[in-house]
Amino acid sequence: MTAADLLPTIGLEVHMHLKTRTKLFCGCPVRYDARPNSCVCPVCLGMPGVLPVMNGRAVELAVRMALALGCAIPDLAKWDRKHYYYPDLPKNYQISEYDQPLGIGGFLDVETPRGAVRVGITRVHLEEDAGKLMHDERGGNFSVVDLNRTGTPLLEIVSEPDIHGAEDARAYAEALRQLAVYLGVGDCHLQLGQMRFEPNVSLRIGTGPDGKPRYTPISEIKNLNSFRSVERAVVFELARHRQEYVANPAEYTLENLGKETRGWRDDEGVSFLQRSKEEAHDYRYFPEPDLVPFVPDRAWVEAVRATVPELPQGRRRRFISEYGLPEYDAGVLTAERGVADFFEKVAGLVKDPKTASNWMMQDVMRVLNERKAGIADLGMTPEALAELVSLVKQGAINRNKGTEVFGKMLASGKPAGEIVRQDGLAQVADAGAVEAFVDQALAANARTVEDYKGGKKAALGRLMGEAMKASGGKANPQLVREILLRKLGG
Amino acid sequence: MRVDVAIRSARDLTAAARKARILPLSREEVLKVGTLSRIGLSDAEVGRFTTQLSSILDYVGKLRELDTSGVEPLAHALPLHNVLRPDEPRTGLAPEQALAGAPEASGDFFRVPRVLDEGVSA
Amino acid sequence: MAITDLTACRMREALRRREFSALEAADASLAAIARLDGRVRAFLSVDADGARRRAAGIDKRLAAGEPAGLLAGVPVAVKDNMCTADGQATTCASRILGGWRAPYDAHVVERLAAEGAVVVGKTNLDEFAMGSSTENSAFGATRNPWDLERVPGGSSGGSAAAVAARMVPLALGSDTGGSIRQPAALCGVVGLKPTYGRVSRYGLVAFASSLDQIGPFGRTVADAALLLQATAGHDPRDSTSVPEAVPDYLAALEEPVRPLRIGLPKEFFGAGLDPEVRRVVRDALAAYERLGAQMVEVSLPHSAEYAIAAYYIVATSEASSNLARYDGVHYGRRSSDHADMIDMYMRSRVQGFGDEVKRRVMLGAYALSAGYYEAYYKKALRVRRLIRRDFQDAFKTVDCIMGPTSPTAAFRQGERTADPLAMYLSDVYTVSCNLAAIAGVSVPCGFTRAGLPVGLQIITDVFTEDRLLRIARMYERETAWADRSPPVCEARP
Ligand SMILES: [Zn+2]
Repeated sequence: MTAADLLPTIGLEVHMHLKTRTKLFCGCPVRYDARPNSCVCPVCLGMPGVLPVMNGRAVELAVRMALALGCAIPDLAKWDRKHYYYPDLPKNYQISEYDQPLGIGGFLDVETPRGAVRVGITRVHLEEDAGKLMHDERGGNFSVVDLNRTGTPLLEIVSEPDIHGAEDARAYAEALRQLAVYLGVGDCHLQLGQMRFEPNVSLRIGTGPDGKPRYTPISEIKNLNSFRSVERAVVFELARHRQEYVANPAEYTLENLGKETRGWRDDEGVSFLQRSKEEAHDYRYFPEPDLVPFVPDRAWVEAVRATVPELPQGRRRRFISEYGLPEYDAGVLTAERGVADFFEKVAGLVKDPKTASNWMMQDVMRVLNERKAGIADLGMTPEALAELVSLVKQGAINRNKGTEVFGKMLASGKPAGEIVRQDGLAQVADAGAVEAFVDQALAANARTVEDYKGGKKAALGRLMGEAMKASGGKANPQLVREILLRKLGG
Repeated sequence: MRVDVAIRSARDLTAAARKARILPLSREEVLKVGTLSRIGLSDAEVGRFTTQLSSILDYVGKLRELDTSGVEPLAHALPLHNVLRPDEPRTGLAPEQALAGAPEASGDFFRVPRVLDEGVSA
Repeated sequence: MAITDLTACRMREALRRREFSALEAADASLAAIARLDGRVRAFLSVDADGARRRAAGIDKRLAAGEPAGLLAGVPVAVKDNMCTADGQATTCASRILGGWRAPYDAHVVERLAAEGAVVVGKTNLDEFAMGSSTENSAFGATRNPWDLERVPGGSSGGSAAAVAARMVPLALGSDTGGSIRQPAALCGVVGLKPTYGRVSRYGLVAFASSLDQIGPFGRTVADAALLLQATAGHDPRDSTSVPEAVPDYLAALEEPVRPLRIGLPKEFFGAGLDPEVRRVVRDALAAYERLGAQMVEVSLPHSAEYAIAAYYIVATSEASSNLARYDGVHYGRRSSDHADMIDMYMRSRVQGFGDEVKRRVMLGAYALSAGYYEAYYKKALRVRRLIRRDFQDAFKTVDCIMGPTSPTAAFRQGERTADPLAMYLSDVYTVSCNLAAIAGVSVPCGFTRAGLPVGLQIITDVFTEDRLLRIARMYERETAWADRSPPVCEARP
């Protein structure tokens, strides 16, 4: 077997903060901008005598995500204590789910440059986040702890090792983020640490004598917090595995070395060993006696399922087939749920999906990109945009004036009709008036007329522009063109 | 008064359990479990606890006599489930209160010896 | 009759009739503590100023004819493993908490305040409630008021001794494997462990979460009923607190349970039971027979025999986890010299915990660790189910189960400290109640020839404390044990 035949085999553990108002086990607010140790209470500080009580909203969001991933929701889920000593974990155990999670056995279809890839989901479970440990930046020989994040609801989504490349790992992570945001399960702001990734990387090295596949040791890379670092770390790790394996094919195997935990130095672009198999933690899991099991009512599960909206991939396919949108446009319009909802509203009101899509792509998305804002901050309702689109469709104003009106609507918040009336932007479609603008343009641009007659067809565009200018941009362009062609008389 | 009857019967049981092949705890295991529990035992303590914990483990080893196949573990004493809390914020503690009992603080933070999260080698 | 000789029920009525004030009641209690506690050492802290202030507040309410609560003006002591935000430290009798002051009140402490009780102080216990003699306290042992050379039992020995020595009429304890009932028996008072989930554990410093339960001490059954009434009920901050209505425990207390079928498990009368204790308990059972009760031999094959073993695995496993938080990082005591973070943990914990806590934390960590989990922890949970089945089967044919609370009367200080296993066997008749989540009470049923109290344990099914109390009261009406006061109350220093 040569290095080229080694198959990258990657599973991803993804952690995301759920979009709740309060922490998982107490009423402290979930905030990212607060003074250190100001969003805390006896419960999340792990003080003597306190008890956790499960946040029902967190359970609902976790189940919603699990359902959207096609998971089964078992009849009983329970929580367990996972023990390890660390100063950002006040109880020195994390409440997690060990052997009976909320969701099991789903999948996510991920679009990659090489087509759709289906990634199996092993399990989805709900646990608490730890606080933040920071090292003294002034070089002191101590570290400091902020417990604001302690107890934040954290969803862990574990994939099957179905990912076979660094790009796919990144695409999977991005698709999960898109899904969670779509579902309203999490905001997933990566810069706030609301989403973190732990790839498990190994290479398949053919089959053993028993016919079962063999692998290089599994490297679990801890705590990556950007899509870019996921891709880079997997690229690095795959290359390292390839090198190690080629150098020592008999020794560098999963059976020999097991699983190791590695860190990632983003600035240097290298991974480093944190713990080998021998040093593995003994977490001493046991059922959390202070929380009772969750036994979901089937009707409740179905009610949660009903809150799962149409998902991005399906909606994209529908936009293509039902509305006849180009693949690219459908992708842009379904990337965010708010944008897709906005578009469908406008399309329905103007009864013309293609024109609505044209306005979304050219005007709405342009503004959002310029402002780096979301659709919710556009400052315009779908109804208001639909009115503008209709005015253009009816010929009350031309398309270029439409973009101008769009800008004025955003600036003033006034409806399209009012702006058109007040600013006198109504299209001039009276043949006599338009003819006067054309005559004006012909008279003032005799040389261009000569050019046109001499065979320079491009000159027509210039003359049209002059005629439109003469009208103050209000002339019906169709009519300008017709009259101009007639006057130039072939 | 025969206050020692109970104790003697326990010792008999311990001896019986010992006969029935029960692993005694080694010093190394006591040290290991001490580290796991973050209790830095002195040599004298390791010795004392090795003896004491071994005899307790011998005693609790009697559970092996019982056939429990087909018996589900009972972790929660009462059959309660689905105890959930509404997602409503409640007032907690101010940083000053949170840090009031801290052995060491630094500004608004708890302070601990430097924790290095570095690897052993690349 | 001195105020301190009154039961809580009598005191409550007298306060309502304004025969004396709540302040006088508090002062009487504080004076008794000042006079006796140098010898008994039941209290870890006494909040005289706070108690007098609260009592004065109650007096105002009573004078104004405002509702002042079920326990208006009655002095109460609280075991020092329950959090109080009153400025008194919450120590759990451990060095590791280093004088920590809780920023919040336990649910039961809130309940006491709401019912007008006057908390006078916090009582001694075995460190983190781990023990059966109150000798494992970092702040010194409590003595048995009936014989100062002997232990009061434990772990709620301070509360039991405080009530027995009439320093307070009522006290709260916690019971994980017998920690209310056994000291009640050894100190000659009534101590009740309610059904798991009956009283909120919020603010009770956890020892073993699936076994811990708070309960009352009183000199009479009615007093215990009164304090249970004040503290029982659902609390949304404890997920294991049961949202069932709390019956009126006092309303039907005088009504005997008839017919009454009493189950006598042969396992509770076997080898290891002190003959004098056996004789006293048999006499009590004879009294029930005279009241028309029917005695039924029942079998609890897994209790007693295997209960201690299962209990010490379950309890220590949970304890190893619950006590992980005491590490000197966010509160409590931190070792002064340490090389690094791990060294700080290791030193803080080895210096902060006493031997019994270390033993149990390590035993529990061992039982949960890789390779032993199935053989120890999971096995113990299977046996736990068998023990619960034993009781469920028994309660199909009997109304209650009776036997001795403790195999012996109070033992001498130091007698069992060197042999942890011998100490564990003090709980042989009590731990199965906790494993099965059911209710149990110890009522005084006589004395040994040496003048040491003996307790009768009565056990009923879950959420039947009302019936349990009525059964206990049937016997109490026939006796006068509660009128005897221990020698320490009479003797002058
Ligand atoms: Zn909190």
